[in-house]
Amino acid sequence: MLLSRVADALYWIARYLERAEHSARLIEVGLDLGLGRAGTRGTADRLYASLGMSDAPEPADRGPLVAAALFDLANRSSVAACVTAARENGRQVREEISSDMFEQLNALFLAVRQIHSTADREARPASLCRTVISGIHLFQGITDATLGHAEGWQYLQAGRFIERAGVTAALLDRFVSEGATQADGRLESVDWVALLQSCSALEAYCRYYTADVRPERVTEFLLLSADFPRSVRFAAARIESALQALAHASGRDGAGRPERLIGRLHASLDYGQVDEILSDDPHVYLAGISRQCALIHAAVYQSYIAYPIESAIPA
Amino acid sequence: MHPAALAGKDPYRNGAESTLSHGNVARWSPAPASPGGELFSGYALDHAYDEMFAAPGQPRPHCQALVEDLLAASVSQLRQHQTEADRAFLTQGITFTVYGDEAGTERIFPYDLLPRIITAAEWSTIERGLAQRLTAINLFLRDIYHDGRILAEGVVPRELVYSCRHYRREMRGVCVHRDIYVSIAGTDLVRLDDGRFVVLEDNLRVPSGVSYMLANRDVMKRVFPGLFARYHVSPIADYGQALLATLRTLAPPNRSDPTVVVLTPGVGNSAYFEHAFLAREMGVPLVEGRDLLTHDNIVYMRTTSGLRRVDVIYRRVDDDFLDPLAFRPDSRLGVAGLLNAYRAGNVSLGNAIGTGVADDKAIYAYVPDIIRFYLSEEPMLSNVETYLMHKPADRQYVLERLDQMVVKAVGESGGYGMLIGPHSTAVQRAAFRDKILAEPRNFIAQPTLTFSRAACFTGESIEPRHVDLRPYVLYGDRVRLVPGGLTRVALRKGSLVVNSSQGGGSKDTWVLQD
Repeated sequence: MLLSRVADALYWIARYLERAEHSARLIEVGLDLGLGRAGTRGTADRLYASLGMSDAPEPADRGPLVAAALFDLANRSSVAACVTAARENGRQVREEISSDMFEQLNALFLAVRQIHSTADREARPASLCRTVISGIHLFQGITDATLGHAEGWQYLQAGRFIERAGVTAALLDRFVSEGATQADGRLESVDWVALLQSCSALEAYCRYYTADVRPERVTEFLLLSADFPRSVRFAAARIESALQALAHASGRDGAGRPERLIGRLHASLDYGQVDEILSDDPHVYLAGISRQCALIHAAVYQSYIAYPIESAIPA
Repeated sequence: MHPAALAGKDPYRNGAESTLSHGNVARWSPAPASPGGELFSGYALDHAYDEMFAAPGQPRPHCQALVEDLLAASVSQLRQHQTEADRAFLTQGITFTVYGDEAGTERIFPYDLLPRIITAAEWSTIERGLAQRLTAINLFLRDIYHDGRILAEGVVPRELVYSCRHYRREMRGVCVHRDIYVSIAGTDLVRLDDGRFVVLEDNLRVPSGVSYMLANRDVMKRVFPGLFARYHVSPIADYGQALLATLRTLAPPNRSDPTVVVLTPGVGNSAYFEHAFLAREMGVPLVEGRDLLTHDNIVYMRTTSGLRRVDVIYRRVDDDFLDPLAFRPDSRLGVAGLLNAYRAGNVSLGNAIGTGVADDKAIYAYVPDIIRFYLSEEPMLSNVETYLMHKPADRQYVLERLDQMVVKAVGESGGYGMLIGPHSTAVQRAAFRDKILAEPRNFIAQPTLTFSRAACFTGESIEPRHVDLRPYVLYGDRVRLVPGGLTRVALRKGSLVVNSSQGGGSKDTWVLQD
């Protein structure tokens, strides 16, 4: 038995950290693109746009943009805002998580705040991105090693992988559908490399397909790979096992709305073909994944956390 | 003292230091006012009762072994122990939140290294005295919210009860299960210069600090394991079980396996650590107001497996904030409908609503009479002499000598709203005079007491500091005290204020077994 408020906080700790990691990686790749002259100008913009920073100025003026993506607490997907929100959730359930977990979360929060307050922060955004990414990896390792893999841990898993499936599908969508319709023609392979890097997938991709980077292979890899941990299919498998475990923990039969929604999504990824997806309308398909993630989130809340009282009053 | 232990092995002392043994204490004859030794060079006795020394250089019998160990220690060793202890508090997160700091600064409650020792005989008096007091107070609360016998007979003035800010007319005629209003109390005692313990105030609403009592003992065991071999210290580690057992006896009658929860105002509260700590010690959920709801006068908590009925709430939320429908409508810490569920007898609260009337500092003055009235016994623990400002004669007496009195607001706690006459300025006294004249019912005065002093490690040497004692009393199927308590220390030299918000610290408190 877990209080709904506690489940909610655990779920959001994981979601916010996943989002912070994603944002940090995008900024890191965007900075990298800005250094070389490689790639169509659009790719860095595309990365920032997916962080909600839409009107990108000239590359030379990106400093404030990067600072906002990193530190602007008013921008809810900025790295600092996500880490702060995760830590705030952690503080409220401190007795439910291991003290090692809280200490790491706190250390990460303090590190971000410290870099934010030092004078040369705009000169060193890349180092902050590294700090955040490795800090989150450490938190995940500590979580798996020190917290019992019971109901609370499953909420962390669900939050982390729902966020991951959603943001990966949305980012892919920007490249696959918008890139294909761009006026200045198709994206160059360096743009697809940037996309792979944004998902920490370049090395894994090369090992699987060689360094021959092609759009349909990139799409297949990020969407349908069964073993790559940042692919949408991999995330769907983890969400499904977490939701099954949650249903079991609260005494349900495992055929409720959350399990059915994730089961359907997972099956479509298990049996989907990349050529069919691309020849059909990839935008519809990818936007559909984001929408299904939102539905799964709502179903989890309806079932366990924000359920209507009338449905739960004992007869 | 246990002489046998002196000869035995003591891991705390190494070979070289054990040459400083029993005999040294008698030989060592320092200046009359200072009990001696390097560490004790600044230890001056005055007219206050000293917890450690009966006379200069002469430890009280039960402190003999402790003094010997201290004489064998060096400043640097004690400093090292202090660092070790402080680190233990910090890493365990035993902190309180400092209000008004955006970063949510958490500080450790300053901890003094040396234990305060209470003998079995002294404890027995305290235990019986507090049991008597709490029994009478519960009868009093039952009476004023029902028949008002004590008011009709004029033992306690009616207007004093009805004008009390913590009197809750919503509780009139409400049946409280087993008539236990106060099940968890923390009564502040001080020891006067004649060695007697007297009651300074009763805390009958949501007394705090018990987590420090337990944490202090844990740290003490870690830092001074050897000392425990020389004393038979009563254990206190079962407080969590005792608290749970007490709360379970409060459960509504037909609930055979009651669900108990701890209700906290939330992570922003200064005692949040304690709330989480007690929930963990008892193995029960820590809930906030938003986790609870009422339906058909039954309280439920919202869990991932649906709603679950709650039977007993150990609430660490004040009356005012408990139920926005009944009390402050702007409260978001409480549960809408809780009062009705409580009145219907479907949920129990520890403590009941409206107990604050009995720890009002003006009612306090009547507690000895309350004990005589209900129990036909003489109080075993005395009160401090108290002047009530709404009585003209008392008021005049106090206003003539404000510089010698301690004036307190009746409804305040935590050392706020106080004037300490001897340490006050003329301007402060004038301000209090105006306040007293404007609202006499709101103030009481007591003579400035010299409460006892206990040996403390200042970082440089051992010096005496003023202390009080807060034992924690539980009342379920019977009154029980865990043998110990929180000894609070005024760490500033000469200071009489022991509150953590104002430079106070705490000590481990040992109750010896026979």
